[in-house]
Amino acid sequence: MNQAAKIVADAAPIPTAIAGEQALCDHRGVLYLPAMRLMVVSDLHLEKGSSLARRGTLVPPYDTAATLARLAETIAHYRPETVVSLGDSFHDGEGAARMPDAFRDRLVAMMEGRRWFWIAGNHDPLPPDGVPGRTVDQLAVGGLLFRHEPAPGARVGEIAGHLHPGARVVRRGRSVRRACFVGDGTRLIMPAFGAFTGMLNVLDDAFDGLFSAERMVAYVLGRERVYAVAWAQLRRG
Amino acid sequence: MQVDRLAAPAFWFSSSALTQQASIATEIPAARLPEPFVKWFSERGWSPRAHQIELLARAQAGRSALLIAPTGAGKTLAGFLPSLVDLTTRPKRRPGEARRGVHTLYISPLKALAVDIERNLAKPVDEMGLPITMETRTGDTPAHKRQRQKLSPPDILLTTPEQLALLIATKDAERFFAGLRHIVLDELHSLVISKRGHLLSLGLARLRALVPGLQTIGLSATVAEPDELRRWLVPQNPPGKMSDLIEVTGGARPDITILASDERVPWAGHSARYAIPELYAAIRRHKTTLLFVNTRSQAELLFQELWRINEDSLPIALHHGSLDVGQRRRVEKAMEQNALRAIVATSTLDLGIDWGDVDLVVHVGAPKGASRLAQRIGRSNHRMDEPSQAILVPANRFEVLECEAALEANYLGAQDTPPLREGGLDVLAQHVLGCACAEPFDAAALFEEVKNAEPYAGLDRETFDKVVDFVATGGYALKSYERYARIRRTKDGLWRVSHPRVAQQYRLNVGTIIEAPMLNVRMTRAGRGANGRGGPMLGKVEEYFLETLRPGDTFLFSGKVVRFEGIRENECLVSSAAGSDPKVPSYFGGKFPLSTYLAGEVRAMLADPERWQALPDQVADWLRLQRDKSVLPARGELLVETFPRGGRHYMVAYPFEGRLAHQTLGMLLTRRLDRAGGHPLGFVATEYSLAVWGLSDLGAMFSSGALSLGALFDEDMLGDDLEAWLDESWLLKRTFRDCALISGLIEKRHPGQEKSGRQVTVSTDLVYDVLRAHEPDHILMRATRSDAAAGLLDVARLSEMLSRIRGRIVHKRLERISPLAVPVMLEIGRERVDGEANDLLLREAAEDLIHEAMGET
Repeated sequence: MNQAAKIVADAAPIPTAIAGEQALCDHRGVLYLPAMRLMVVSDLHLEKGSSLARRGTLVPPYDTAATLARLAETIAHYRPETVVSLGDSFHDGEGAARMPDAFRDRLVAMMEGRRWFWIAGNHDPLPPDGVPGRTVDQLAVGGLLFRHEPAPGARVGEIAGHLHPGARVVRRGRSVRRACFVGDGTRLIMPAFGAFTGMLNVLDDAFDGLFSAERMVAYVLGRERVYAVAWAQLRRG
Repeated sequence: MQVDRLAAPAFWFSSSALTQQASIATEIPAARLPEPFVKWFSERGWSPRAHQIELLARAQAGRSALLIAPTGAGKTLAGFLPSLVDLTTRPKRRPGEARRGVHTLYISPLKALAVDIERNLAKPVDEMGLPITMETRTGDTPAHKRQRQKLSPPDILLTTPEQLALLIATKDAERFFAGLRHIVLDELHSLVISKRGHLLSLGLARLRALVPGLQTIGLSATVAEPDELRRWLVPQNPPGKMSDLIEVTGGARPDITILASDERVPWAGHSARYAIPELYAAIRRHKTTLLFVNTRSQAELLFQELWRINEDSLPIALHHGSLDVGQRRRVEKAMEQNALRAIVATSTLDLGIDWGDVDLVVHVGAPKGASRLAQRIGRSNHRMDEPSQAILVPANRFEVLECEAALEANYLGAQDTPPLREGGLDVLAQHVLGCACAEPFDAAALFEEVKNAEPYAGLDRETFDKVVDFVATGGYALKSYERYARIRRTKDGLWRVSHPRVAQQYRLNVGTIIEAPMLNVRMTRAGRGANGRGGPMLGKVEEYFLETLRPGDTFLFSGKVVRFEGIRENECLVSSAAGSDPKVPSYFGGKFPLSTYLAGEVRAMLADPERWQALPDQVADWLRLQRDKSVLPARGELLVETFPRGGRHYMVAYPFEGRLAHQTLGMLLTRRLDRAGGHPLGFVATEYSLAVWGLSDLGAMFSSGALSLGALFDEDMLGDDLEAWLDESWLLKRTFRDCALISGLIEKRHPGQEKSGRQVTVSTDLVYDVLRAHEPDHILMRATRSDAAAGLLDVARLSEMLSRIRGRIVHKRLERISPLAVPVMLEIGRERVDGEANDLLLREAAEDLIHEAMGET
């Protein structure tokens, strides 16, 4: 059976390769590397709600709860030995300190018994207050390099976040917009995981020069599975 | 000479033969008209109309009143006469006496109307030499002028509901309004049915608290339930009081006809292309023709089609709300100067603005409600004593029935307006914050004040407190935002704004008009994509329309065929594509649903062959054919037809309740059919009927009793099924966005930066998901559900229909499609079911990748 056809026949998660390393794109927005028993999640933006509230926009304070609940679900599913949170884990520098105790306890419980790396992001350059785990600027594992912001130009083996990639597909006069992974076999950018995070179209200028257009594929997050969509199928806007 | 008499401003005064039904319940002393007025009238050989004098008498007796009169009855002057008289007779200001504030506040739903009134009122005031100052204050008024108005207010201030909200939210509101005597509310019937009306009612309640003796004068076109408006005009705490009522009926009967076309009237569609040559001929026969359509895209199409055959190069113009303001003003000016022979317009021209010498009104498409029709006909010939000329142009056969019903309704004077709704909680939240911006408030006192507003008369204290709590901290069960409160209760028990920044933000975000995200349309050179240099701006277009376009697609805009080049920031770049065929925008119907009254009339007409004589032969033949091939339902019945076609099984129902109610019904029926094993594949809804199709033979299921129609259409679908569907629906997200913006949860604008519509859409969707999961009973979710039930789903109407047809469903099992089913069947494929943005599309896109990988493309 043709390899590509098999991809679609299978249910989620959908396999991909980054610089020869096998990985699974999960429809909930996490990446799992079975060989390393390592799970990657990006742009949690915890406590974004309270961060906005500080400036007078009183959006519901439940985003942290929602994000943690989904995170717990994926951790229970993959039982990773290592978790890498690719930066912007907290929406601002005081986010961890501001986090209600109940949520902090839930997060700490999830971290227990596994290695946990906080990659520094532009929103949270310093280690989070009162939460375990190691904070690093970037992390190299085998042939892979984990960092928050994708470096310009071609980078073999880089897994990054920061850009909140989203894909738009237009079919039969209808338009669907969803968050997505985007990769070309050499590098991968993760979707944003946080409940209050928006997205940026992968055809936006910010993605220019990061991928080879012929091999670029958006792994679009569906309700129950991931859909691999070729670059030629994507639309701006 | 007759022309001279007509040229006189009969709009204001004339001796007229109107019949009048003033409700003289209490003895009101005769009106006192001061000398300058009497002199001015007699010099011109005129006399004031009876209802103008009546209203003056009531106002002088200290009463508030509602004046209901048809267009052209001199309503506006009647409304101002008490103010003009009072201002003329008040004692002169003594030297050293404090400057007097605004005496009369005039509020209209349209900026243009305020400007128009100022012009019309200035003339008699000047001619009589009255010592009265008058100014407008709208969103367009420059800041320095607004500032000056605060320091030195005019006697009469002409403004909009939003500006009133801003004025009462300032610290010196009490001083500014200290001298206020009258409020004139124009076009009250159109204000009260919207959230703007809710905001205005709260503003009124505030003004009454500031100035207890305040008198209101409401001006309205004919409405079905005048008592609702009468309550609106006076304090409702305790509820039930009503203002006086003066009702003017009569006037010349409009001369309305349905276009008797020799062409074939189409089965379906909304373009009325068939009638273009006949419309052009009518334009040539008249001095000035106004052509009204229901949507922007219809206006574009009609305009282009008229120009295609405009052999005499008649000056025909286009006017709709998406056009650039400058362009609109040019058209309006040309109209005033009678330089145009025809103007194609949408509802931007809908209200009582006085236009030049229009001698013919054409309405293309179904008029969607008799009172709207009356308004639009009133546009022609703004003088009551002469008959207005109007032609209705139905675009399809069902619209012929609807036009016929509307025509009869107009003669009968039957009017209907949507029922008034309870005041929106999102609007109340905005008002509460506005009150805090003016001065610290006591919750109990504000609650009593708010209940004076008619839409909020039934508000309970618990809900009110929740709204206050929402304004303060978001009102979440998880009390984590206390320290970020926007308003705080201080030791004296009063609520105050916690930071001046809060008031600043309130002022930027006031109002209830949420526009669909719009992009500017700008001309550029062809083939340059989104990188082309910008040319002139053509206007604005809804973002959701552009969603479906690809670069290279052509569409009609501003009367031109343009090619979509791309989007750059908030601009849509287009190039000229003159000569090519446009990809006409799809019809965005459902904006003005078929009114309950008209729907009833259409059903009655169907059931009564006697009345078919009034219909064009081809339409009457169509109904006869239906009677022979299938059946025509009696007035109270619901006809359900089933038939196979092209390997699928169809069910068509004819409730005549409007597209919104049918769409809701379609969603719920397909859910139920799915559970019953009917394997429904989809449905399509029109204003008149609903078609559902599936893989199972629904007709056989109904006939064999395997599935009961009664059970399928049972009212209980409005319970759990509705809840379950609503929770998933994009409709609620869209409604939530509006509520979030109006209530101030999310700001429309920040100081110094404006969010684009898209940024707002993204974040409110996410907020909605989180709130639904964690606090589904939050006050904003309540506001959202009640808005959606009324506005988007027409649940009330659906529920009424379901109870009406219980036990009266007629099933007709057919071998093939019936004549009556043709229109809805033609809509299949053209209309789409706007369900959840679906994974199916993504799967297709993903499958293309496979084909590509396997070398199949």
